[in-house]
Amino acid sequence: MALTDPTTLTVGEPETMREAPKRPQSRGRTILRKVLATKRARIGGGVLLFIILWAFVGPLLYPWSFTDQDGLAFSQPPSPSHWFGTNNIGQDVYVQTLVGLQKSLVIGLIVGPAAAIIAGLVGAIAGYVGGVWDKVIVWVIDLLLVIPGFFLLVLLSPVFKSLSWLALVVFLAIFGWMVLARVIRGQTMSLREREYVKAARFMGVPGFTIVRRHIIPNVASLLIIDATLGIGAAILSETTLSFFGFGVQAPDVSLGTLLAAGASAAVTRPWLFVFPAGILVITVLASSLLGDSLRDAIDPTSGANRD
Amino acid sequence: MIGFIARRLVNYLFLSAIATMLGYVLVSMTLQPAARFLGKNPPVPQSSIDLALDKMGVNPNVPLLERLWDWVVQLVTTGSLGVSTRGTQVTADIIERSGTSLRLLIIGTILGAVIGVALGVWGAVRQYRASDQIITYSSFTILATPVFVIGVVLMILATSLNQAVGTNVINFTGEYTAGLQGGFWTQFGDRIMHLLLPTITLTVGAVASYSRYQRSAMLDVMSADYIRTARSKGRTRGSAIIRHGVRVALIPMSTFFAYSFGLILTGASVTENVFSWHGMGEYLLTSVSNADINAATGTILFTSILVLIAGTLSDVIYAALDPRVRV
Repeated sequence: MALTDPTTLTVGEPETMREAPKRPQSRGRTILRKVLATKRARIGGGVLLFIILWAFVGPLLYPWSFTDQDGLAFSQPPSPSHWFGTNNIGQDVYVQTLVGLQKSLVIGLIVGPAAAIIAGLVGAIAGYVGGVWDKVIVWVIDLLLVIPGFFLLVLLSPVFKSLSWLALVVFLAIFGWMVLARVIRGQTMSLREREYVKAARFMGVPGFTIVRRHIIPNVASLLIIDATLGIGAAILSETTLSFFGFGVQAPDVSLGTLLAAGASAAVTRPWLFVFPAGILVITVLASSLLGDSLRDAIDPTSGANRD
Repeated sequence: MIGFIARRLVNYLFLSAIATMLGYVLVSMTLQPAARFLGKNPPVPQSSIDLALDKMGVNPNVPLLERLWDWVVQLVTTGSLGVSTRGTQVTADIIERSGTSLRLLIIGTILGAVIGVALGVWGAVRQYRASDQIITYSSFTILATPVFVIGVVLMILATSLNQAVGTNVINFTGEYTAGLQGGFWTQFGDRIMHLLLPTITLTVGAVASYSRYQRSAMLDVMSADYIRTARSKGRTRGSAIIRHGVRVALIPMSTFFAYSFGLILTGASVTENVFSWHGMGEYLLTSVSNADINAATGTILFTSILVLIAGTLSDVIYAALDPRVRV
């Protein structure tokens, strides 16, 4: 369910050269400087880093552990001893949220890049090889897009429910690459006609090497953008699946299972729902801000400095 | 133009048919309808298990392709999607529930597209102004919020509103108030009231994503030469933007509509479940919990038909907006 913007990628605007640097700089460095120059990238990246650190270090600096039950505080609102309050069996919501956040973050951080890698490989192969392979791959992509990924994941849930949460990660990645693959295919088809790719082909460089050396680096920016945006998208899919009981299963917890447990009491004891939900939104927002500002900095067709 | 749309429609029909059949195979492999008969005390005799499974056409002893063939033949000849695990006809179930789902889906899609496009144009025209910034950051936040969280938050807000006022101003559980007495208008008003929160839940997400895309497409268009030409031949700024700008910017939107329809379908089924509506979204989730192969495949067929309609519709819009297709 990665959200790649088809509208901005179809329009071929020339890259605007702003100033000629005195000393040639590596592309990576230029991009990094451009990214860091935008406020949204600094906020998005900073918040995301902070949340990752917080999720993994936070529980160590807190007196209550994930399994502890405070026999003197059932269903208590937030207080100095329980920062986010407690649930009906006296478990601390703050530490539960952080442990759930860990799982959701790990899932997002694996699925986002994994889906982008699949999209890159499939899209580059379809676009470069062309012919029958291209037709078959495009047809398979269209077929996978007929039924929404969420429905397919629900239907497949009996398979990964019996396995561990890692199986969920695999399935989330399997159903998250299609739209980006189509975009990569389009880019590859135009790259294939460039002189340096033709030159390599006429010199007898094998197809796979050309894809690895010339095609993938040229579409890498799109892949990086989508890997970043994919983190948030994967977390949203995971929490929605888990909310309905089709995702992460007990004894594992994620933000989705916590929200599912908190939703029924959300009206009378809002702290059970509002804190995990707020942290979820901030996490996804940070990853999409970072991805969006990466797009502006890297992608020449997105019309940089537009926002 | 007719040729273009007909070609696309045949392609969609073919895709939907294959997707449904593959869905049948997939569901038959993942769901275990025999499981609910096992572990019963007293144990259910094998013969009655087989009888029950045969009646639904899901006996795992029959080869999968044969079951698929039987299912397709039954669908084509009688229009029946088989029997559900609760003994009801799946076709009848779907007809009964689809109205509930379609009401939410159609209203949500139309409102989402219209408001989204309007906000996107507004944001592009007033780029970098306060209103544009507010629209941009709110859509980012909404897109970062899962649909079910929006639903639950709206429910919390409605409850506190109801408590503050003292009566039930906004009812949000279910599709209508059970056992409500009154004439047509009372019933109608009650249903509209129940529709309020689910529609908002579904619409805000659609508005957020459509407005982002429309804004981006609109900014591409607004710097184009033909807008300047339209201005220089004497059109006002507003007229040039509406007549020449929005129309062109809607072309990529029609493609995006087909892509995003899956997200709206997902959003609608989540919304239904959050507000305990008995629609197709609930049908899908319960079919998986009940290991109901016929009901799950019926849902897949329903979904792929909707996707087919949305895809064709977006092609029609595309062809209507882009004269190049009509040549």
